[in-house]
Amino acid sequence: MSETGDRGRTDGDGPVLADDPSTDDTTDRATDGAAAGARPVLEEAGREDENALSSRPDAAAARRVAGNGVLATGRRWWRQLTSMRTALLLLFLLAVAAAPGSLLPQRNLNADKVDTYFTQHPTLAPAMDKAGLFDVYSSPWFAAIYLLLFVSLIGCLTPRIRVHLRALRRTPPDAPRALRRLRVHTEYASGSGAADAAEVARKALRGRRFRTVTRRHDDGTVTVSAEKGFLRETGNLLFHFSLVALLVGVAVGAGYGWHGGRLLMAGKDNAFCNNLQQYDEYSLGSRVSGGDLPPFCVTLDRFHAKFQDNGQPLAYSADVTYSPDGGSGGKRYKLEVNHPLRVDGASVYLVGNGYSPVFRYTDRYGQTQTVVSPFIPSDSNFTSDGVAIFPDANIDPKTGKRNVDLQMAFQGVFFPTVSKQGGHGSTFPGLRDPAVLLFAYRGNTGTDAGVPHSVYSLDQSQIQNKQLRQIGKNPKLLRPSTKCTAQSCWKLDDGTTVQFVGVQRWATIQVRHDPGERIVLVAGVALLLGLMGSLTIRRRRIWFRFTPDGSGSTVSAGGLARTEYAGFRAEFDRIVDAAGGPARPPDSGTPRGKD
Amino acid sequence: MYSSISDGLMVAAVLGYMLAMIGYAVEYAFGRQGVVARIAARKPRASRVLVTAGGDEVVETAADDTGDDDEPHRPIDAGRAAFIGRIALVVQTLAAAAHTACLVFRALAAHRVPWGNMYEYVLTACLIATVAWLVVAWRRPAVRHLGLFVSLVVAILLCVDAAKLYATAGPLVPALNSYWLVIHVSAMTVASGIFLVGFVTVALYLIQERREAWLAADRPLRFPLTLGDRLPASETLERLGFRIHALGFPIWTFGIMCGAIWAEHAWGRYWGWDPKETWSFIAWVVYAAYLHARATPSIRGRWSSWIAMLGWAVMLVNLFGVNLVVSGLHSYAGVG
Ligand code: HEM
Repeated sequence: MSETGDRGRTDGDGPVLADDPSTDDTTDRATDGAAAGARPVLEEAGREDENALSSRPDAAAARRVAGNGVLATGRRWWRQLTSMRTALLLLFLLAVAAAPGSLLPQRNLNADKVDTYFTQHPTLAPAMDKAGLFDVYSSPWFAAIYLLLFVSLIGCLTPRIRVHLRALRRTPPDAPRALRRLRVHTEYASGSGAADAAEVARKALRGRRFRTVTRRHDDGTVTVSAEKGFLRETGNLLFHFSLVALLVGVAVGAGYGWHGGRLLMAGKDNAFCNNLQQYDEYSLGSRVSGGDLPPFCVTLDRFHAKFQDNGQPLAYSADVTYSPDGGSGGKRYKLEVNHPLRVDGASVYLVGNGYSPVFRYTDRYGQTQTVVSPFIPSDSNFTSDGVAIFPDANIDPKTGKRNVDLQMAFQGVFFPTVSKQGGHGSTFPGLRDPAVLLFAYRGNTGTDAGVPHSVYSLDQSQIQNKQLRQIGKNPKLLRPSTKCTAQSCWKLDDGTTVQFVGVQRWATIQVRHDPGERIVLVAGVALLLGLMGSLTIRRRRIWFRFTPDGSGSTVSAGGLARTEYAGFRAEFDRIVDAAGGPARPPDSGTPRGKD
Repeated sequence: MYSSISDGLMVAAVLGYMLAMIGYAVEYAFGRQGVVARIAARKPRASRVLVTAGGDEVVETAADDTGDDDEPHRPIDAGRAAFIGRIALVVQTLAAAAHTACLVFRALAAHRVPWGNMYEYVLTACLIATVAWLVVAWRRPAVRHLGLFVSLVVAILLCVDAAKLYATAGPLVPALNSYWLVIHVSAMTVASGIFLVGFVTVALYLIQERREAWLAADRPLRFPLTLGDRLPASETLERLGFRIHALGFPIWTFGIMCGAIWAEHAWGRYWGWDPKETWSFIAWVVYAAYLHARATPSIRGRWSSWIAMLGWAVMLVNLFGVNLVVSGLHSYAGVG
């Protein structure tokens, strides 16, 4: 009878007690004979109940039906896949598979770290890359695990919908013959006749939102059957299918979402408009093309940063002007961390900030050029690294010809607050005593070659092949000034000068559109509601049997909690009380412990 | 000023917990044996059936219980041990009050909720675990001596916290400056505290379960199985462990969801497999596996409980491993 025999002990001494069905089946996935234990009692409680408890036919019976052949093999595999054990195994696999992504560098989080890993482990890294270890969460094996898990989930839960719908329509089964064999039961005498007493009991149960049925039997006895707690299974199904909906939401986001990042320099001339050419990096969902981006524009007017005396940041905010739909005319917005700008269905986030030193280079022909170079912070005090490149330096104004060997490049370290000893690191993130340490290079900067490389560092290969040579041995520390002073200007060996003019601010923004977000949110809320329902609601049945006895009746009542429910006896007692029974049942199975 | 008061109260709380621990240990060692455990010791099989039948939780007395103490001579008699246990409970309650005050002063010093860095986070989680336990202990004196384990774990965590994770009270970095800090982190903390109590319960269950099996097989008991002498029957512990986890799990789920909403506001995506997100997800999956395992009769009990233990291990990795070793967006620990 029982599928696994796990709890199906039906031997002599007190089987009802030993196999008490009040032990629960938490998430109620009726597999592996979860319900087997409940049968001895429930058999009496109504035959049709077996189906309500087990979503699928008996395993042995199924084997008989399935027979042999391809179909049978398929069925067996399906059964295996949709079993609770497989679900458990897949859950574990998912947990294990998620772990390496947090221990190994991941491309989606930090591509630079992946590159570093490649240089550190030149032989191992390519093999690991093939195995998807640097893109764990988008790797096929990770997807295989969760997709299998979801197939298993759907396969296991779908039949239960049918079963549950049937259970919802069915009236509670008639009282079992031996109510006293239920662990929670009581007997008492009632002064009123069977029918009247039954009506009182029914009302008491109805008042507590039980579904009730009154049955009159030929021998004059009247039974009241009541059942409550169907929402538990509803919640359980809701929870599991919300997980599917959540996955759908994620998939929609992956297909129709896009995002991009851009470093924005402060100032009117640095407006950014939402198209792919203007992004530093971007990623489009598989079903989106560049033309689908809404055409709004954003300008960074001012950036504010507040720091505590110990250097901890207190607040960052960016005053931006934006024009929806690419139209003219600007609206203002104060963009802050935790306070994104929502425009044209996209969201704009403030994700980073830093300083851009401004350099002016005066070349051999007296021509000056100014460059604002964003420097990238490398520590929490905003010690920042960057370069200023002048590819058009030293062009003879007469010929107008570019001389690649006389291009200029400066590599620098910027300190918003230089340490008193000079060099080596900023001591405060705010601009208390800004300075920049510059290394000067002359020669072919490599920028004309069209080989892309980081705009925040010099082309090392040009330095290695001696096309770009450092001028002098030592770097120079400059302080900003709009006038060329000994502090702010550096006169190079060829008589040209570089001046540290001042400092501007930059901010990085992230623009994102994720149409799946709403689905995910709704699914999440449903998931939580379902979860709470399935963990807190208990399905239970209560029966009363009224046997005419003179002018009154003798009453036998019993209850059965299908799921773990410590307070069931108390509830039962209250109901019996309301039905006119004893306030304190004289004998209700095992006496209660103290407290 | 407030900050140093807070630090002083922290020390007081730890000392209080240690004192309570000693008291509980005395009660544990010399107190009246739990009725159920005694029956279990005498007739393991019978008691099992009875307790299953009881279904009601911690103490199910059996009809044949005479209630008298048939233990051999002890240096401290059971009555006095119970008295000491009551004192321990009072001391633990006072320590929890000091602990609460410690957090209040921390909040006053920093002008914000007291869970902005890892030191405060551990402090809050431990308080929640203790309060959860105190609620149980005041309502059910029969399990009071188990406070030994709760106060032990809490005292250890607090000592590690003070020694390794201490950070001075201060305002928050911009990313944390959001009302979601209150919602998300408090949910995470509450759930962690509940899982901590769940872990202790499940660990005790595993000891008791093994002890009962050995008793049934007439095998001699050694430490740690002898701990089971004073524990409720394994069925009871198992059920209690489940109920605690069933309480913690939705809160954890809620916390992760709030984290995701916050992440959308602060970082521009609701989920990005940041290490902390990843490990919260792993913990969630493991606890989900526990709930599933418990619904599978063939592995309910010993196996499912080991999964819960694994869940707690993942929680610890998330708390200590991820905050201190791996760096990610969640690097607000304020240590190192
Ligand atoms: C997908 C979203 C998120 C998940 C799954 C998540 C998960 C967690 C977990 C499990 C904890 C508690 C354990 C621990 O601290 O070790 C935690 C704590 C914390 N979370 Fe999140 N979180 C998420 C988003 C966020 C966001 C967006 C922020 C803030 C910008 C944030 C800030 C914090 C803070 C401050 C703590 C306190 C612990 C500490 O200081 O280390 N979380 N989070």
